Amino acid sequence: MSVFVAAHNIISALGFTSEENGEQVFAGKSGIALVADTALSPVEFPAALIDKNRLIKEYDEIASSAEELSHFDQIIRLSANKALNGSGIDASSRKTIIILSTTKGNIGELAKGKNAEQVQLWQSAHRLAQFLNNPNEPMVVSNACISGVAAILMGKRLIDSGKYDHAIVVGADLLSRFVVSGFQSFHSLSAQPCRPFDKNRDGLSLGEGAATVVLTNQQLPAPALEIINGATSNDANHISGPSRTGEGLLIAINKALGEDRAVDFISAHGTATPYNDDMESKAISRAGLSQVPVNSMKGYFGHTLGAAGVIESIISMMSLTANKQVKTLGYSEFGVAEEITIATESKDQHMNKVLKVASGFGGCNAALVIEKHG
Amino acid sequence: MVDGQLFFESDEATFGAFAKAIYKHLGCKYSKFYKMDSLSKLGFLGAEILMQNQANDLRDDETALVFCNRSSSLNTDVKYQETIKDIPSPAVFVYTLPNIVIGEICIRHGIKGEAAFFVRESNDPAFMVDYVNLLFASTNTKQCLVGWLEMDETGNYEANIHLAVKEKCDNR
Repeated sequence: MSVFVAAHNIISALGFTSEENGEQVFAGKSGIALVADTALSPVEFPAALIDKNRLIKEYDEIASSAEELSHFDQIIRLSANKALNGSGIDASSRKTIIILSTTKGNIGELAKGKNAEQVQLWQSAHRLAQFLNNPNEPMVVSNACISGVAAILMGKRLIDSGKYDHAIVVGADLLSRFVVSGFQSFHSLSAQPCRPFDKNRDGLSLGEGAATVVLTNQQLPAPALEIINGATSNDANHISGPSRTGEGLLIAINKALGEDRAVDFISAHGTATPYNDDMESKAISRAGLSQVPVNSMKGYFGHTLGAAGVIESIISMMSLTANKQVKTLGYSEFGVAEEITIATESKDQHMNKVLKVASGFGGCNAALVIEKHG
Repeated sequence: MVDGQLFFESDEATFGAFAKAIYKHLGCKYSKFYKMDSLSKLGFLGAEILMQNQANDLRDDETALVFCNRSSSLNTDVKYQETIKDIPSPAVFVYTLPNIVIGEICIRHGIKGEAAFFVRESNDPAFMVDYVNLLFASTNTKQCLVGWLEMDETGNYEANIHLAVKEKCDNR
């Protein structure tokens, strides 16, 4: 069974459509800016925030604001709506499954006095399904930072099983004091925009995002993008630090690639923490992929948590379609443990197959293979 | 309850005390247990009991974990929210993700296979069974710890988990 990408959308600090985001990324623009908002942090910090005024305005055009939904609930509806428009995919069909990828959903509402029941992740998924008139119980994937990649893989697997014809995969996370303070308590945020794989990297930049990928088993005109395979794995090493050997990620990469090791590009997780980037270089090198150009997109979008895997997969898909390689923004001097090939230029580059990887708290890892046909 | 039989019971009123009682009853010696949040302790103890019966000849990436609940990590989220008022605690923050219980079980048992954490309004065994069978059919997964691990914000909990094993089919 072949599973294709019918449509997609990205809402981030760089824009509200995949096209807007793609334009900014190919032009080397970053969505990360210094944020001074005491509701998020007592100190200024670099982050990529979404334009909430634009969100309110665009959401108003597609639904009544009488429901008084949170920004999170609005943005997942908006992104799904934008992706589905013109896609030809029936969101209300019994053969369509909705999959929501998020780490913290409406957690920011806790501080506003909402009770626990109101911030449940499945409530957000229900609101999304209701908006799309979908009759099935939606799925929520909450696997830390691999959620987005894992959710796309779930969609692929569920369609493969024959149970569904289409999957609407929405990945989203917004920033809140809850999330920002947590990363600050770990001292994992850089005081500057992040520098993936760079010798002087010192931490990640957070970002907000909502993105949708619509998958289908329907044949699509060339150049069609196919989700070939994927896998998840665990390091079995530490709950917050990555494996020193890249063991878990290597297992996921090997399972995702299978016998056919030829891949033209790797979209890494590249959070710019000292340990993550080293670990990825080890896994990529051990997988025999040292010569394959690698990028991290965290310099454009920041780390968008539950949205990251979806946003970055979409940019990878756009790279395939346009035959354009995207450079690693924020990188200047090589600084990881194993010799891998960092993409340092955004340029025309013929490519057919991309490997997307991600790793997260809990020692989880995910890998996904996306191929262009025709 | 294990396989329909009473395995252990205790008068302890809180989950924390009950969990400690099970831990001692099992004769566990695993100091990391004490740092875990309630959801992780719940899953850890369930796995500790079930994994005693696991197959011995599997590779570390042939065991999968598939869990589901309705409250995600809310039990710990509300505790973390409290620490923000004073000094945000990294030791608590790390557990504000439901999949950490998977990480703890993987570390304990050296499991490196497929894993997933789903959130749903209510327990749906059919959904879980379907997903496990999907893993058995399309990946190298040979056994899977699967089930419902719920720990809500008030401390009400339920663990209903199984160790599913792939049957050998002669005609495959």
